[in-house]
Amino acid sequence: MSTTTSDLEAPVAYTPSAETLAAVLTRDERPRRPSALSASLTFGWRAILKIKHVPEQLFDVTAFPIIMTLMFTYLFGGALAGSTGEYLQFFLPGIMVTSVVMITMYTGVGLNTDIEKGVFDRFRTLPVWRPAALVGMIFGDVLRYILAAAVIMCVGLALGFRPAGGVTGVVAAIGLLVVFSFAFSWVWTMFGLLLRSEKSVMGVSMLVLMPLTFLSNVFVDPRTMPGWLQAFVEVNPISHLVTGVRSMMAGAWNPAEITWTLIASAAFVLIFGTLTMRLYNRR
Amino acid sequence: MSAPAIETSGLVKIFGANRAVDGVDLTVPAGTVYGLLGPNGAGKTTVVRMLATLLRPDGGSARVFGSDIVSAADAVRARVSLTGQFASVDEDLTGAENLVLLARLLGHSRPRARERAARLLEAFGLTEAADRQVKKYSGGMRRRLDIGASILSTPDLLFLDEPTTGLDPRSRNQVWDIIRVVVANGTTVLLTTQYLDEADRLAGRIAVIDHGRVIAEGTPGELKSSVGAGTIHVRIRDAGRRAAAERILAATLETAVELDADPVALTARAAGSEQGAAERAARALAALATAGIVVDDFSLGQPSLDEVFMALTDRAPEPQEVTA
Repeated sequence: MSTTTSDLEAPVAYTPSAETLAAVLTRDERPRRPSALSASLTFGWRAILKIKHVPEQLFDVTAFPIIMTLMFTYLFGGALAGSTGEYLQFFLPGIMVTSVVMITMYTGVGLNTDIEKGVFDRFRTLPVWRPAALVGMIFGDVLRYILAAAVIMCVGLALGFRPAGGVTGVVAAIGLLVVFSFAFSWVWTMFGLLLRSEKSVMGVSMLVLMPLTFLSNVFVDPRTMPGWLQAFVEVNPISHLVTGVRSMMAGAWNPAEITWTLIASAAFVLIFGTLTMRLYNRR
Repeated sequence: MSAPAIETSGLVKIFGANRAVDGVDLTVPAGTVYGLLGPNGAGKTTVVRMLATLLRPDGGSARVFGSDIVSAADAVRARVSLTGQFASVDEDLTGAENLVLLARLLGHSRPRARERAARLLEAFGLTEAADRQVKKYSGGMRRRLDIGASILSTPDLLFLDEPTTGLDPRSRNQVWDIIRVVVANGTTVLLTTQYLDEADRLAGRIAVIDHGRVIAEGTPGELKSSVGAGTIHVRIRDAGRRAAAERILAATLETAVELDADPVALTARAAGSEQGAAERAARALAALATAGIVVDDFSLGQPSLDEVFMALTDRAPEPQEVTA
């Protein structure tokens, strides 16, 4: 055990002065309570500050997506589509969805560790819109989702992915993915509040995410699967999201799948957002 | 006269099989420091967390400035601030960022929030540390920032949950000075502590809590006189005369005399009423002088809150604290 010597302690002892303290204890103005959006954005700013101070936490939204993309492209490409270049045209939107959806689980892990600290006691005694602290936290995560998606798109382009939908298609597709991921994050905030430890949140997350992402149309065409599995893939929201994202990147938008995804997103926020807030208020 | 700062009746909180708070009735007048005194695990923190709207009571009711803590939680939140047992600030952020963040959440504009943060940092002697991450602060600095964050928007009621636990004596004194200024400015303070002299120094009234119940309530003076007249401390010049001094004291005070670790010191609990104790003490001092024993120090004090506490709770403090 080594003791950390701190040279940060102020050399001059602090003596509280009644005058300077009394001067900051004003009762003249009490500002108006901030709006729900403004409070949420302020909490989002907190998330950005945390990224600024602990940039290592961006590792999972940069290195992890790159590895996922490279690994599966070269692993399956030759076998499934004859060449990695061919496979990439089919696969890139899917792996982008898989990576970003997998990253959403860190929302739950982060909340679980964050809420154990005293600062959440302070947040919860503030007279602000109750969900703001959590919404802001997910706003910060949305930035991470965008970053991960952008990283994968760059890797894809470098490897030879050529989206026919152009910039508009790609940006819109990432937009849809981010909307869905924002909504899906509320599943993890619920688990983050429900479960006792960071490890159990991780465990449950993987248990949900592995089947959800792999048993979909991300990696292979579902027509090669047995009937019962096709039935699951058909109702899996990830499949609908992937089809939507693919269609947008290909420039041939599939309105039915896009609408399906948006409705699923709304349902996630409604159901899991409500459950999360119930847990948050009870804690 | 306005409503009391806090009014609880039959407040109950149950964690599993543990009745952490078991029917607490408190009335805290506005503008005072009210001490909640008790050993670890007595239920102090749970009471504070219910009053600060962090926990829902399982029974009874409580009002803060007339607003119910459950049905009007937002009205309560608008008037209170909490400095929790563990630093209620974000360790990853800098001191300035913490204060700006909270000022923004309280509704201040961005420039106003920055200005307010800067003034608070200055008032709390943290200007130089403003741009350092809080995790690099010392315990005392962290606690000051924490209290600063609590008075960003001057609260009408401030909860301080064991504000000096783990602090060195100097930091402790700083916190006490800050609390005094905050109260002088009109804020009511509910202070929980397991340090008896802290409650004695700061609080106008004290409730002693044990096993989730209030076992005594009153001013520090009332609590002390409830357990007896006080203690006589004597220091003599010559250690060799201590046995003689002990006999004289025991005879004149009509009570058992303890020999302290210090070879020249003796302590006796004065029996009977306060006045009778003073008279007997005077006689004891005279008797010592007659016997030719040189006395360097002789004092009759009220019992310390320590003694009050032991007399009331009749048990050693338990090691674990129930927090939830």
